[in-house]
Amino acid sequence: MEPVNQIEGRAYPFGQKNVDTDVIIPAHWLKTITREGLGRGAFESIRKDPDNLFDSAEFSGSPILVAGDNFGCGSSREHAAWALLDLGVKAVIAPSFSDIFSGNAFKNGILTVVLPQAAVDRLVEVARTDPIHIDLENQTVTTPFQDRFSFEIDPFRKHCLLNGLDEVGLTMARDAQIAAFEGTVREERPFLANGVLAAA
Amino acid sequence: MSNAAPRTLYQKIWDAHVVEARDDGTCLIYIDRHLVHEVTSPQAFEALRVSGRKVRRPDLTLAVPDHNLPTTARRDAAGNRIPIADPESAQQLAALERNAPEFGVRLIGDADREQGIVHVVGPEQGFSLPGATIVCGDSHTACHGGLGALAFGIGTSEVEHVLATQTLLLKRSKAMEVRVEGTLVPGVSAKDVVLHITGVLGASGGTGYVIEYTGSVIRDLSIEGRLTVSNMAIEHGARAGLIAPDEKTFAYVQGRPFAPKGEDWDKALAWWKSLATDPGAQYDKVVVIDAADIAPSVTWGTSPEDVLPITGLVPAPESFADASKQDAARKSLHYMGLQPGQRLDSVEIQNVFIGSCTNSRIEDMRAAAAVLKGRKKADNVRWAIVVPGSGLVKEQAEAEGLDKVFLEAGFEWREPGCSACLGMNPDKVPAGERCASTSNRNFVGRQGPGARTHLVSPAMAAAAAVTGRLTDVRELV
Repeated sequence: MEPVNQIEGRAYPFGQKNVDTDVIIPAHWLKTITREGLGRGAFESIRKDPDNLFDSAEFSGSPILVAGDNFGCGSSREHAAWALLDLGVKAVIAPSFSDIFSGNAFKNGILTVVLPQAAVDRLVEVARTDPIHIDLENQTVTTPFQDRFSFEIDPFRKHCLLNGLDEVGLTMARDAQIAAFEGTVREERPFLANGVLAAA
Repeated sequence: MSNAAPRTLYQKIWDAHVVEARDDGTCLIYIDRHLVHEVTSPQAFEALRVSGRKVRRPDLTLAVPDHNLPTTARRDAAGNRIPIADPESAQQLAALERNAPEFGVRLIGDADREQGIVHVVGPEQGFSLPGATIVCGDSHTACHGGLGALAFGIGTSEVEHVLATQTLLLKRSKAMEVRVEGTLVPGVSAKDVVLHITGVLGASGGTGYVIEYTGSVIRDLSIEGRLTVSNMAIEHGARAGLIAPDEKTFAYVQGRPFAPKGEDWDKALAWWKSLATDPGAQYDKVVVIDAADIAPSVTWGTSPEDVLPITGLVPAPESFADASKQDAARKSLHYMGLQPGQRLDSVEIQNVFIGSCTNSRIEDMRAAAAVLKGRKKADNVRWAIVVPGSGLVKEQAEAEGLDKVFLEAGFEWREPGCSACLGMNPDKVPAGERCASTSNRNFVGRQGPGARTHLVSPAMAAAAAVTGRLTDVRELV
């Protein structure tokens, strides 16, 4: 995965709340067996409007999306993160995210920044005309107008994003610990250790 | 692990699955059961293949295709497979049929009598167990919490992580208790309970929480009703839903194909009985709901939080306090083609869908059939289908003669799958038409581009079919 640190550029002044993953990428785009090319389906229903933000000359290709409360709610489809990535989005700023979406975004190197509603409102305003700067190392979002918003991020996620680490590889290195746990379960809760092959 | 302090059900299950805890609170959590379907797994298997990794515990993994499968006949009279018309759907199914044997994972295939929606098949087969951690690349995995399992949806990268390591890196969520006390009035079902809860909490009210549903109403629900409630935990934003396992749960699980047997069963039972939340254990938040406030419910908008009693009126956007909700309501009403002040029970529908992981179990079939018996769908209802949640539900319903009730009422009786819950297979609602649907999401375009979804219980869907409009089922019983 590509390391993430400074993200700077224009931002979609989107601002909508409760944007679900069906809106981010409708179900008929989910029939792919690869991760690529989903940007074309991103926000499909919104992009039926010829004046939409995502295809406008000014905003198309922006690396940042400023969204409303509960962004990415609904279906667990990781295709939503892949679609945003393919659209060129590297960070989403919102007052809150669905748990599943923020996890999926993180695993694909998309930074999700949680800021209070007032800060998000201000960033939507700025984004209409000017770029936004996100500094992951220092956990700040700044604008050309001396706005400066600090955000919290899980230290492990920050570490992985800054260094582009692959979580599966990191966990596989804990094989001995996992095997030891499995041994304990086999002793204490054998009914959980025996899966479908044993019963078959 | 012994722990003197009183703990919640959630914390007990969590504690029993911690492989390693980090200083920052992140834990490596062991996953007991992994359900896999065709939509969110191809990229995960592909990643394993590319990196030369194996499935660590194929024996704890079960693959079932459901999202893409057409619900029409799958084999012709001679037993040959009827090809799936959509080449992309066919490709995803073929990928699962290739990946499962390649990685040693058991597959319940499209023609097996046990096939169905993963969230129906898991409990039905005894694969889903109380106290277990269960994941699936599908947000309605919360469903299995109805058995007292810690079950939640994950994305494809996490599917890959679980396949490779049988674990996930997680932080413990906060714990919320949603206590529903009292007695449900006649005509009110588990679906109405969870729609009402979603209306009270809002679509993001449960974000960051695992919710334990408690109280006399939840205790009195059947296991199938509990699965319906927990299924929609995600619709109020919760990571997972949980209902304490009790004697009803144990009776439900016992004897199912993958359920523990003999000495294992005795050990399981002893552990399961120890899982209930201890007296004095603290939740981070408690919400109390009075059963008397719950009516047969229906959604009017494009978020599951847009819920009202069927006796209500379409709300005016100005009636909402916050500006962004007003804006959302305006957009919803425009999409739904509804006017503020309109009676919900005057809204005409053209389609009825009875099915989905929320409401496709045998009790749902019975509830709908009880309303439809001796009646016919209204002429303006163009399309009405019943899609049982699994082949076994279908067999049971047919043994009880329910299929005949549906067919005589003018419904189609289909093969199991996700069907019209989401627009991924041929079962779609046409643009601009309304559907009274027992599914879980009324999102824009969810049942097909431009489709207008009203979420209801199975009995309410049946009532709507009979009158051709959203209807208070109490008028028909």
